[in-house]
Amino acid sequence: MLPLLAVAWRAEDWGGLRASDWGALRFTLWQAALSAALSVALAVPVARALARRAFPGRGAVVLLLGAPFILPTIVAVLGLVAVFGRSGWLGALGVEADIYGAHGVILAHVFFNMPLAVRLLLQGWSAIPGERLRLAASLGFRARDTFRLLEWPMLRAVAPGVFLVIFLICTTSFAVALALGGGPRSTTVELAIYEAFRFDFDLGRAALLAALQLAIGVAAAILTLRVALPSGFGAGLDRTVPRWDSGGWLRWQDAGAVALALLFLLAPMLAVLAEGALYLHALPASVWWAALRSLLIALVAAVLTAALALPMALAVARGRAWVEVVGTLAVTASPLVLGVGLYVLILPLANPVRLALPVTAAVNVLLSVPSALRALVPAVRDLDAGYGRLSASLGLRGWTWLRLVALPRLRRPLGYAMGLAAALAAGDLGVIALFARPGDATLPLALYQLMGSYRMGEAKAAALILVALSLGLFWLFERGGRARA
Amino acid sequence: MKTAIATGLTLIATSASAETLTVYAPDYFASEWGPGPAIAEAFAAETGATLEYVTGDLLPRLRLEGDATEADVVIGLATDTMQAARETGLFAPHGVDLSGLTLPVEWTDDTFLPFNWSHTAFVYDTTKLDAAPESFEALRNAPDDLRIVVQDPRASVSGLALGLWIDEVFGDEAEAVWADLADNIVTVTKGWSEAYGMFTEGEADMVLSFTTSPAYHIIAEGDDTKRAAIFPEGHYVMVETAAQVAGTDQPELAQRFMDFVLSPAFQRIIPEGNWSFPAAQAGDLPEGFEQLDLPETALLLTPEEAEARRAAVVAAFEAGLGR
Repeated sequence: MLPLLAVAWRAEDWGGLRASDWGALRFTLWQAALSAALSVALAVPVARALARRAFPGRGAVVLLLGAPFILPTIVAVLGLVAVFGRSGWLGALGVEADIYGAHGVILAHVFFNMPLAVRLLLQGWSAIPGERLRLAASLGFRARDTFRLLEWPMLRAVAPGVFLVIFLICTTSFAVALALGGGPRSTTVELAIYEAFRFDFDLGRAALLAALQLAIGVAAAILTLRVALPSGFGAGLDRTVPRWDSGGWLRWQDAGAVALALLFLLAPMLAVLAEGALYLHALPASVWWAALRSLLIALVAAVLTAALALPMALAVARGRAWVEVVGTLAVTASPLVLGVGLYVLILPLANPVRLALPVTAAVNVLLSVPSALRALVPAVRDLDAGYGRLSASLGLRGWTWLRLVALPRLRRPLGYAMGLAAALAAGDLGVIALFARPGDATLPLALYQLMGSYRMGEAKAAALILVALSLGLFWLFERGGRARA
Repeated sequence: MKTAIATGLTLIATSASAETLTVYAPDYFASEWGPGPAIAEAFAAETGATLEYVTGDLLPRLRLEGDATEADVVIGLATDTMQAARETGLFAPHGVDLSGLTLPVEWTDDTFLPFNWSHTAFVYDTTKLDAAPESFEALRNAPDDLRIVVQDPRASVSGLALGLWIDEVFGDEAEAVWADLADNIVTVTKGWSEAYGMFTEGEADMVLSFTTSPAYHIIAEGDDTKRAAIFPEGHYVMVETAAQVAGTDQPELAQRFMDFVLSPAFQRIIPEGNWSFPAAQAGDLPEGFEQLDLPETALLLTPEEAEARRAAVVAAFEAGLGR
């Protein structure tokens, strides 16, 4: 909120919104709703398949599914174009696909966010205690029964939150909407904010639009909180149970869901990154230094996200729902207004340019908290429901409780949250592009600089390093989260 | 970061009384692949002073900072945003003799000093397009299968230049021209990089860029398949300028930098550093530049006019493409 207020405070006059701003609002809302609904709907069969199948390479599949979410917009757009574009692979197969227009925007948003939905839903699935599944097996449940009695209640608890997070992420979209939207019909609120800032320097309008964006978030959050119901699973011993109820053709259904998802998500990335490999040798040392800078930002963001999200999740689980609302709304904050606001706030105190790297980390922590809460809150709720009384009777409190009870139980969602924060921070361009010194370039910024200097091949090589770096970080944190589980 | 510190230390070590001039510049300019580093080196060789580039969106940033700005000099403000920059009241006269300028348009401004220029143009790939449209009117009436990518006039300086170009050539018809182009415009991007990337990936036959863009492909890649389509109606010119900040605490050094801008040492770096034309001729252009297709007529609005017409230009774009 503070950065938004800072921008509002610096505004000189308040001209109000334009007619075109309302058109932007309409487009923003319906494309975000549709993108989020499609992402979640498509993610359900994939997450379900991953939840009930053990197969070689499953870990790698789950890891790779995380990749699109951290790709810089421009790389993702080029990847989608390489597959779905006029001269793309689909075209070569004789399929007439037109990627430009509102459907292109939605395609890109699903590409970005479906993996996130899969991951978050998978968290929900793995939160169903193994004991429950064993009981269901002994009662002779079929796949349908399992879905109705165990999986559906879980989805009812988790899916609305996942929808909300993706909806909010899509409302702040702007570069994707521009690149694939085909023209001014696909104007989003975030573009209107950029325009107000870039050429008009109308901070009043920028602040109003940002407030509008925030209001959408509040409305969506209230709506979702009403829909979401607690799942009410008991505590279990966290063991994965081989599934008994989905043999035969369901096996093929699951295999198909995973294969299609992989094809959809990996083909665009392969199209871009494979070419990047040819240019790796041509990258100057400065790009590697930029990679190191991005790595540091990612690590700092991961640690701070955990430090911030864990107490928030504990507060939410103990009944302070407003903490969750605040945490979720952070993602609605316009990244541009956030950056400008922080700039205005820091300006009287220090030279913001020298703080570009810490500010980048801080902004990414804010943007990662909602996803972290999504993963942590259900786990903390189950923890309290399952172990709260035992802990209380043993007098476990504070640090001891955290170390002996909470951390071992929360390690998995926490590792996931940190991995996501790290990956996002490594791939973020946002704030650093607003104010930086050339010597402070991060990897995404270096990538844009290469593209801005006609060097597409090297830019793709930088993208390759970026993906490797982000996925590597994600994998390490996740693995740490799963160790000894 | 360490390299930056290390370079900083060596520079301090080599000249004990090293002065530093803070230069606000666009990202492309100051990046390793832009002209910035070579210019800093040449300036240091001449004066012993260090240039420290600070990058970002120049105009919004200057407006945010106002008198508190740390900039001593600003480089990279395009003509179309000059008026807004002038209205900040932050700049001092450049005090440089303009007789050496080799711009295709007349230049008399005493605050903003041009340092490079290029014509806005549609660049195409000769292997994909047999014959480019021979006029803007022909482009307007081109068959639907000619695909072009442009930049958004609301988000980018080059997109705004296209808007002003259409406005200058077609006047009241601007909205209808956008509507005619709608079938050909594959998509509109936030900035030049996205659009040019889509073009080189083969997604479009033409891209809004500059007459000098093919020079990069010819010189750096030995590829002469990229050419600019030349329109007899004339091409809108993009001129980038430098200006000194009135409130600088190093007026002398800032002035030395302004004097340096039109000198051969600076201007020689422009063609292959910025892939554009130098504002003052510094000897022969690099081989490859003579191969470029260039228009006979150069169009440019005064900064006041450009600023005054911006709202109408954006409205014509929105209405023409929004249909």
